[in-house]
Amino acid sequence: MTDSSQTLETLANSDYKYGFVTDIEQDTVPPGLNEDVIRLISAKKQEPDWLLEWRLNAYRHWLTMTEPTWARVHFPPVDYQSISYYSAPKQKGDGPKSLDEIDPELRRTYDKLGIPLAEQAVLAGVAVDAVFDSVSVATSYKGKLAEKGIIFCSFSEAVREYPELVRKYLGTVVSYRDNYYATLNSAVFSDGSFVYIPPGVRCPMELSTYFRINASNTGQFERTLIVADAGAYVSYLEGCTAPQRDENQLHAAVVELVALDNASIKYSTVQNWYPGDAEGKGGIYNFVTKRGLCQGRDSKISWTQVETGSAITWKYPSCILRGENSVGEFYSVALTRDYQQADTGTKMIHIGKNTRSTIVSKGISAGHGQNAYRGLVKILPTAENARNYSQCDSLLMGDQCGAHTFPYIDVHNPSAQIAHEASTSKISEEQLFYCKQRGIGAEDAVSLIVNGFCKDVFKELPMEFAVEAQKLIELKLEGSVG
Amino acid sequence: MLEIRNLHVTVEGREILQGIDLTIGPGEVHAIMGPNGSGKSTLANVIAGREGYTVTAGEVLFQGKNLLEMPPEVRACEGLFLAFQYPVEIPGVANLYFLKAAVNAVRKYRGEPPVDAMDFWDLIHERMELVKMDESMLKRSVNEGFSGGEKKRNEVFQMAVLQPYFAVLDETDSGLDIDALKVVADGVNALRNAERGFLVITHYQRLLDYIVPDVVHVLVNGRIARSGSKELALELEEQGYALYNEEPGRARRAAA
Repeated sequence: MTDSSQTLETLANSDYKYGFVTDIEQDTVPPGLNEDVIRLISAKKQEPDWLLEWRLNAYRHWLTMTEPTWARVHFPPVDYQSISYYSAPKQKGDGPKSLDEIDPELRRTYDKLGIPLAEQAVLAGVAVDAVFDSVSVATSYKGKLAEKGIIFCSFSEAVREYPELVRKYLGTVVSYRDNYYATLNSAVFSDGSFVYIPPGVRCPMELSTYFRINASNTGQFERTLIVADAGAYVSYLEGCTAPQRDENQLHAAVVELVALDNASIKYSTVQNWYPGDAEGKGGIYNFVTKRGLCQGRDSKISWTQVETGSAITWKYPSCILRGENSVGEFYSVALTRDYQQADTGTKMIHIGKNTRSTIVSKGISAGHGQNAYRGLVKILPTAENARNYSQCDSLLMGDQCGAHTFPYIDVHNPSAQIAHEASTSKISEEQLFYCKQRGIGAEDAVSLIVNGFCKDVFKELPMEFAVEAQKLIELKLEGSVG
Repeated sequence: MLEIRNLHVTVEGREILQGIDLTIGPGEVHAIMGPNGSGKSTLANVIAGREGYTVTAGEVLFQGKNLLEMPPEVRACEGLFLAFQYPVEIPGVANLYFLKAAVNAVRKYRGEPPVDAMDFWDLIHERMELVKMDESMLKRSVNEGFSGGEKKRNEVFQMAVLQPYFAVLDETDSGLDIDALKVVADGVNALRNAERGFLVITHYQRLLDYIVPDVVHVLVNGRIARSGSKELALELEEQGYALYNEEPGRARRAAA
């Protein structure tokens, strides 16, 4: 083997720096899943009867379903009875009324994660909702947003304060019968974020949710619902981390987006769940259903994801393009190293006339990582003059990893224009040598080349997060390239 | 500044360089000519530190230091530049960004702070004129979609920005039309000074009309068969390499 591929091989083992555990008293429901557990969760959240009913319907439907097996991922069966479905930091009374009331231990946790809960802190201009295990522990900038009529709060709070809004939109994009994991989520979801942007309002700051799994043997089942009313705009970002544990933990979230006439939602994810150790032990199973509905004409939904963590990633942020002239976008970077597996992609369902979609997927596989792009472009008979452009590129590092592409195209209207481009490449010795000859060392050369590979996706991220994503990828590749 | 002594190099077990001796002083321009397969590019690659070449004997000193012990990026930081025969494409990495990374890598090695953005901008624009480069090339990805001429021009441009102490030009003339050749040669000539050394590798004499060398070496079958003044290049142009190829023994006598 040549020197530089050795460098590439050994460049790995960057430690997962978010692997710590917060020592905090938690209120955790014993493991197991049955109707009583669901009633308990619903009661803890003081939910209205219709929501409990909805949960139970989901649960009953879930019992009739089986886990999907079509994804190109392999894992031992999950024992759903051994998981605890609710865990929350113990708190006095009803929970924090203001940011000052947050448990100092929790505050320290988020400080350590670099997530400022204090409003004057580093990422000024970004409002944060912090979800710790099953509950939202803090939401910043609520007051300032409320001045514009924007609702940004935890899902539980939304159920209490804005039940009619929640009821109107919950499950309209991802029904409780949608798929195994989404249905499970519908039964047991504990918290998440809720956003409503009123007509004509452009949200003045980035909204962000930070998800943290802390307790062991728990699953995290959060639910996010974002509604942009006519002419509204919002840019939303989510980030995720979890402690380093030997057992696998399940994360089955649901995200629903609704964009009305002329509304635009930009949803960005930087996912850095614990990926398991170098031998593939432990890590998060990230089985997530994300879907946006472009309901109104000229509406737009744009997904950008940077997926670097999790033992297994199974997610397909999708767009249903119902409104005329609506636009769906999906920009993705998925990185797998060690024994990580990712099966990710998107679905673009064209229903309305003149609907357009763009898919840019960049998969990076290192070590024994397996990376699959799976995408569906579906043009329904009603979708006159629909257009799609898809580009799927894979970058391989080393000879133990894999990249797979499964593009499905299903066209029922002859006026559709579909373009698909795919490529697979390796970081070549030539490229590395070229960089080195200009004085750039191996690690810097690799991050330069990988960042170049990801550029089309990174440029879609909000500025601060693009820098973060770039750093994250560099950190992940330290030592793992080949 | 560059001293090569009895250099033997094998590639996949086959000896390509069979004892090269070459000394190039500051400010000197040496040309190496030779037929295909004579070992010209091997010499360039061994000097730059590319993998896949095994040095079985001999040494190379660069400004008194043992060059062969240094990894390629250290050689570059020490001031050694190779203008590639086939510059590689790096998609998504803007030319300007790449150059800045390179300049800063060299500065870091020398214990200097990263280059000031305004100073860098001025330097870039001054150097762009040297090779008559269009501003749009700064934003384009490194060599991606560049024509052959643009790639070579970009190599000389990088050299002009990095300002190495010593530069190896590996068949920089190949694939260039006469206008592009002149631009590239002008760029190189503008960088010639009393300190900077050059090793110009070429198959054809044509380039040496524009980059006039101090010394010309003829490389045949992994050995320097003959060295002489710039007139030697003209002689080769007329007679070809056949003389050396057929009877290397006789050729060496001729050189002696």
